[in-house]
Amino acid sequence: MALRRFDLEAGGDTFAFKPETEEKIAFWRGKYPAEKQRSAVIPMLWLAQKDNNGWLSEPAMREVADRLEMPYIRVYEVATFYTMFRLQPVGKYHVQLCGTTPCQLRGAEKLKEVCQKEIGDIMYVTDDGRLSWEEVECLGACVNAPMVQINDDYYEDLTPETLSQILGKLKNGVEVAPGPQIDRVNSAPEGGATTLTDPSLFDGSRNSVATLPNLPSAEPAEAEAAGKPEAAAPTNTKREEPVASNTKTTLIDTGKKVETGERPAAVTIDPASYDDLKRIKGIGPKNEDALNELGIYTFKQIAEWTPENVDWVEDFMSFPGRIEREDWIAQAKTLAEGGETEFSKRVDAGDVPSSQEDED
Amino acid sequence: MTDLFKINIDGKEIEVPKTYTLMQACEEAGAEIPRFCYHERLSVAGNCRMCLVEWEGAPKPIASCAQNVGDMRPNRDGSPPNIRTKGAYVDKARNGVMEFLLINHPLDCPICDQGGECDLQDQAVAYGRAGSRYEENKRAVEDKNMGPLVKTIMTRCIQCTRCVRFVAEVGGVEEIGMISRGESAEITTYLEKNLTSELSGNVIDLCPVGALTSKPYAFNARPWELRKTSSIDVMDAMGAAIRVDAKGDGVMRIMPEVNEDINEEWLSDKSRFVWDGLARQRLDTPYVRVDGRLKPASWGEAFAAAKEALSKPAEKIGVVAGDLIEVEQAKAALDLFRSLGVQNTDCRPAGAKYGTDGVREHYILNPTLAGVEEADALLLVGVNPRVEAAVWNARIRKTWLWADLKVALIGEAADLTYDYTHLGNSADALSKAETAEFLKGAKRPMIVLGEGALCHDDGEAILAAAIKLANETGAVADDWAGFGVLHNAAGRVGALDVGFVPGEGGEATAEILGGGKETIVLLGADDTDLSKTSAATVIYVGSHGDAGASRADIILPSAAYTEMAATYVNTEGRVQVTSKAVQPKGEAREGWAIFRALSDVMGKTLPYDTVEALRESLRENAVFAGIGYAPGAAGAEALKAVPEGAGSLSGTPFTPVIGDFYLTNPIARASKTMAECSALATALDTPVAAE
Repeated sequence: MALRRFDLEAGGDTFAFKPETEEKIAFWRGKYPAEKQRSAVIPMLWLAQKDNNGWLSEPAMREVADRLEMPYIRVYEVATFYTMFRLQPVGKYHVQLCGTTPCQLRGAEKLKEVCQKEIGDIMYVTDDGRLSWEEVECLGACVNAPMVQINDDYYEDLTPETLSQILGKLKNGVEVAPGPQIDRVNSAPEGGATTLTDPSLFDGSRNSVATLPNLPSAEPAEAEAAGKPEAAAPTNTKREEPVASNTKTTLIDTGKKVETGERPAAVTIDPASYDDLKRIKGIGPKNEDALNELGIYTFKQIAEWTPENVDWVEDFMSFPGRIEREDWIAQAKTLAEGGETEFSKRVDAGDVPSSQEDED
Repeated sequence: MTDLFKINIDGKEIEVPKTYTLMQACEEAGAEIPRFCYHERLSVAGNCRMCLVEWEGAPKPIASCAQNVGDMRPNRDGSPPNIRTKGAYVDKARNGVMEFLLINHPLDCPICDQGGECDLQDQAVAYGRAGSRYEENKRAVEDKNMGPLVKTIMTRCIQCTRCVRFVAEVGGVEEIGMISRGESAEITTYLEKNLTSELSGNVIDLCPVGALTSKPYAFNARPWELRKTSSIDVMDAMGAAIRVDAKGDGVMRIMPEVNEDINEEWLSDKSRFVWDGLARQRLDTPYVRVDGRLKPASWGEAFAAAKEALSKPAEKIGVVAGDLIEVEQAKAALDLFRSLGVQNTDCRPAGAKYGTDGVREHYILNPTLAGVEEADALLLVGVNPRVEAAVWNARIRKTWLWADLKVALIGEAADLTYDYTHLGNSADALSKAETAEFLKGAKRPMIVLGEGALCHDDGEAILAAAIKLANETGAVADDWAGFGVLHNAAGRVGALDVGFVPGEGGEATAEILGGGKETIVLLGADDTDLSKTSAATVIYVGSHGDAGASRADIILPSAAYTEMAATYVNTEGRVQVTSKAVQPKGEAREGWAIFRALSDVMGKTLPYDTVEALRESLRENAVFAGIGYAPGAAGAEALKAVPEGAGSLSGTPFTPVIGDFYLTNPIARASKTMAECSALATALDTPVAAE
């Protein structure tokens, strides 16, 4: 950090807050009791800096000190301590370039070269008064490194080219939208989401799944009878007690209306001739039960599904595209003919825990 | 719950008050704790880390200055906590701190004025390592302007912030601060403006390194070359304890000494930096005016001229004693002039109305200077302690800041460095209901009158009214004498004590100098209006060529306060004795000796040949029997009698008695340093058109 001194010449002799700032000043001062008004010194300095074209002049600092009835030296200490208070004039667009490790590793050094070339030395204001820059410590946007802050906004995921373009636009008075400068929303992955893409996660359709794993079974009556403390599970969060039920929970919503495709034909056959549908990659115990309830028990049935059937099942089970992506039909054909797939081999060998029969 | 806390320090179990810091406890146990930032009279900063000690069971060394013993936990078995101030662990910690402090400290001790009396130097020897392991460039800091008194070499600064805390807490003017941070941190005044505190010189003593040194003393001497003499300051009526450092026959500097009753350990800038005035404008030989011009003369010629002048009728002779007169000179002069039948003697050049009613309690500061710390309401009348007794003002501020002291002022409003209720600016405010109201709620109210009030035409009425008010509001009790006068001249109380006031039928200063006298003797009285004395022969006895000497027809040179062992009585009535640090200049003699010799010439030989014999006769007055004693509350009884009020209180405003803090006496007016301070202070008060 270089020596920070007021630019007394550029600061002139006077400073006045803008009339519209008074409201904000009143807001900040209102937060503190009358005898502790000096607590408002940092927001006041910040407002003064805003009203003084982005930098804090000596008269501006004195104005703050006078208003808060603080000795000048005390305010001076604060103003010089925090580097966010700039004691020299800055451009209309002041670039704060993050040079801390994550940004540095992602190319901040190159960005500095751009600033040096397009603007000049640190804290130099371009002749048109539009641009100036400085290097700052971490601005807390490491996930979008490298980045700069221009006035109040972050410009992230920069390359020397994009920064150069931004600076060029600002120099010509063209506003640039802040945020990541690549195909990315905020801090989300580039090119769109790669996880949690299943719309059913977000459309509420999974609300029907009522049983959560590993919940303690509720036996309130017994506990009361034995005089035991009420709650069996050690938990400090309020959670809804699971509904105790002796009947097997229905996994599918039989009343669900499906508008696309055609329901595959159901059969009724002897349970002894059910196929182990879990040998198909993509079908676990839950899906198997659900398919069984639709009357689908064998590989052969699945192998014969028409595209309309596929649409219907996907819609019904709320996983569009999955049957096709996991290629259930081809797998079912192979298995129906007595063949094996890579996956079924692993299932047979007991390597796939999710395909193990639930002993419950 | 007990207020004591048991603690085991270096194997020695002691009991200390819970309010103690660990450092105080360690010192109580006899351990020496090094420190830079900690100072007994300032708030705790805890930033130098030099005072680290080991607390058994604590994960890290403890900064003992910032650890309150009341907050410490006992050992697991309930025994008192074990502290070690010695041993490998502590040594290593301090060694590390020392190494960091020295990283950026220049190795310029050979050219540093602090060399030889530097805390950093001493502690580097005691706790530091032999060499440096630091191989980078040291940082350098620009020197800052702090005015004509404090010289800065900021690269030496170790950021202890003692100076910052001093000017804010004791000085009461927040002017020094630490700007920027980390490696760029710097101590400075705001935009390098001058310090305006009257106590600014104390930051030089406080600075543990050579960053803040004395500008006038720069490169003058080394501490080990100086002859150090403990003495008493005479720049104001407090009588602060000082040490006069001299080399050869010159005073090189003046430093404060500790006297808890008077100046604690501070000293005002005037007292500290006036020493260059002791070498300028000195009267080093007698002078006699011949044909309108002063000519150097021998003592014999001067005495002959004086004899002629003093042979006039006694009622045509007047004697005025000035602000710096010592008791011995006052006594010898008074004895001589009374033997000549002269009754026109006065030691109140400004015409204050005190000292004539024979009650000592009516003109001393009965509550004492330190007594303000017990007071809870202070009424200042016609006095500005900030300029009349700057160090005492710091004590008022301290009490106001840390205890429950309310202050009210009747007099011209000024920045006293603490808040006060302004009750008015004229004597009639004394009789206001709100004045009595202010004092009545207090347990120990205190009323302090200044020259500003007593020099008024109705000074006697004001004095009577103030004593009456003190009695009415409980300021005078059996163990509390809450009425006093704050003087601004070191010699005043002593002169009043020997009775240097108009004798029977005698005239006071205004009449003596008002024309009509044939001979006027000025005993260092320069702050008087001499315009109407043109017809008289003026004999001036004093040390400096000032207003009095330039008007004088006969000059008898006397010694200054650093050149004799002389008695002074401070504003509390405390008798103190200065020490002779250097020889008087040239032919100058001690004041009493001049009058002893003159008495011989006049044929009225005084009955003492030595200063001891003179003091023996002084001690006939019980006041002079004890040295260093202030009567304090013992004066309460005498205050219970309210003097008869002479006339009613007027509404004429009080005027400040001290126009310029830096130039109040001939010695200060001879000082270049004081002149510079005065010029800068005056420039501050007048608006500046452009830089």
